[in-house]
Amino acid sequence: MSFPWAKPYEPTHPLMKWMDEKLPIPRLVYNATGPGYPVPRNLNYFWNFGVLAGAALMIQIITGIVLAMHYAANASVAFNSVEHIMRDVNAGWFIRYAHMNGASMFFIVVYLHIFRGLYYGSYKAPREMVWLLGVVIFLLMMATAFMGYVLPWGQMSFWGAQVITGFFSAIPIVGEPVREWLLGGFVPDNATLNRFFSLHYLLPFVILGVIILHIWALHIPGSSNPTGIEVKDEQDTVPFHPYYTAKDGFGVGVFLLIFVALTFFSPNTLGHADNYIPANSLSTPAHIVPEWYFLPFYAILKAFTFNFLWIDAKLWGVIAMFASIALLFFLPWLDSSPIKSSNYRPLYRIFFWILVADVLLLGFCGMQPAEQPYVILSQLGAIYYFAHFLVILPIVSRIERPLPMPNSITEAVLAKHATDTSSASATA
Amino acid sequence: MASESELNAGIEDGVRRRDFINIAAVSFAGVGSVAVVLPLLNQMNPSADVLALSSTEIDISAIQPGQAIKTSWRKQPVFVRNLVAKEIAEAKAVPLGDLRDPQTIDERTKPGKENWLITLGVCTHLGCVPLGAAEGENRGDFGGYFCPCHGSHYDTAARIRKGPAPTNLVVPPYEFTSDTVVTIG
Repeated sequence: MSFPWAKPYEPTHPLMKWMDEKLPIPRLVYNATGPGYPVPRNLNYFWNFGVLAGAALMIQIITGIVLAMHYAANASVAFNSVEHIMRDVNAGWFIRYAHMNGASMFFIVVYLHIFRGLYYGSYKAPREMVWLLGVVIFLLMMATAFMGYVLPWGQMSFWGAQVITGFFSAIPIVGEPVREWLLGGFVPDNATLNRFFSLHYLLPFVILGVIILHIWALHIPGSSNPTGIEVKDEQDTVPFHPYYTAKDGFGVGVFLLIFVALTFFSPNTLGHADNYIPANSLSTPAHIVPEWYFLPFYAILKAFTFNFLWIDAKLWGVIAMFASIALLFFLPWLDSSPIKSSNYRPLYRIFFWILVADVLLLGFCGMQPAEQPYVILSQLGAIYYFAHFLVILPIVSRIERPLPMPNSITEAVLAKHATDTSSASATA
Repeated sequence: MASESELNAGIEDGVRRRDFINIAAVSFAGVGSVAVVLPLLNQMNPSADVLALSSTEIDISAIQPGQAIKTSWRKQPVFVRNLVAKEIAEAKAVPLGDLRDPQTIDERTKPGKENWLITLGVCTHLGCVPLGAAEGENRGDFGGYFCPCHGSHYDTAARIRKGPAPTNLVVPPYEFTSDTVVTIG
């Protein structure tokens, strides 16, 4: 599970020796995040985001448990119980705003974590399982965030629940019964709110379980690194503690600064004013949009406005939206290039940045009303998204000539150091 | 403890008594598990009190020609529109071949009451409430209803004409209990 030169755990204190024989948790920690876990010496700050995602999950779990002590999951009082938390509960406003913005911060760091994985080819062999488990975590996060957004029972909560459960009604024949089964009624109501609360409380712990598998799978080959060259010997690595505990600790500090700035000074910027209106099943808000982290996928859903082949527009939209995420499961096999890091892939790097721009464009279109020119922009954006993974990536990974690569992590680090000091030309 | 040879003693077809016990025990546990899973899944279906709200009476006497009201049935919005002659003529003028979900206005109204268009106010795309029932709301490109969520346009017979919705607005089961009262459900 680790490199042969990993420092062995050798407890000296009699209590620690006793503990090591009965329940070797200190050994596990030492070998996973302590001096017993060697890590590539050249990780940059993009490698902080896994730890930041873990920190964000813990913040969500802690604030969430506290909020559940004051919240009432009943359609007649849910909205008022949230206002009760905001106005009456001691520090309730802080805990709720932290939970609300904590969700956004969680998605920001996870999107940067995914960005890192895509740019540096972290999904490639031997780390495919780490990537697959990561996509599972992403799906669970989306489900959890959606159900949490329904709980305040405002207008956006209600209509979000209506539209998203409506996806299932697109399934031929069984769609409508499946939707009624999910809702426990014909429209979102008390039964829906109760089950969403139950699942919203459960899923974060499922996420925690899958994160443990994600880290377990990661620790078998060890972390990737910005060169994409695997570790060859001891001089390529440093022990996790103190080197990366310190670097991650600094990252957590920066993360918390941004998080509290958002929570204290701009807590509603990422939300929607309509969600401060109690749910009304007879009136849809004039312009419904999901939370920002769903916008690119929502744009893909909205891109389908016409029937095509024998499948109607509604089903196409839903299939495309789910496919846009399911596609990520196949990524390790769609990209056949053995070179991991985009730093050495001149052609892929160009298309990678176009993909980033495309996702941002889709996110922008997701915010806009269903009018021209946004519909055509969403359609072009959606076509490019699928073309990137299904056409461009397989072709590029076959025809590309990679740049010359260093022989080892150490050589890359020392070469960079040499150019930094002697010629000062910053081309790494 | 019986040895392997003792267990196999006297068996010619290669099937041991223990194989029968294994299969029987696993099958029994499997049937039992399915029997437990069914109620656990079925509890999520609409409960009896939700299903009990399945019939609603509406007084339509106050709705003037050209007007519409929004009411509710099974907690879903219902549109009741009193069509004017021009709107009926517009709906009849459309060739059925041009429609995504071909239906004539006669199929969507009751005989002799074809000015009363009663539909669910639930867009068949993803379930938003379309605009057009209240005075001054956007009625879309075809003069019926317009769903602002994803841009579906419905005509004066509430049939889908443009946008992502797959079918016409649903006509719920209803009947005229008198000239001015409609029972839905």
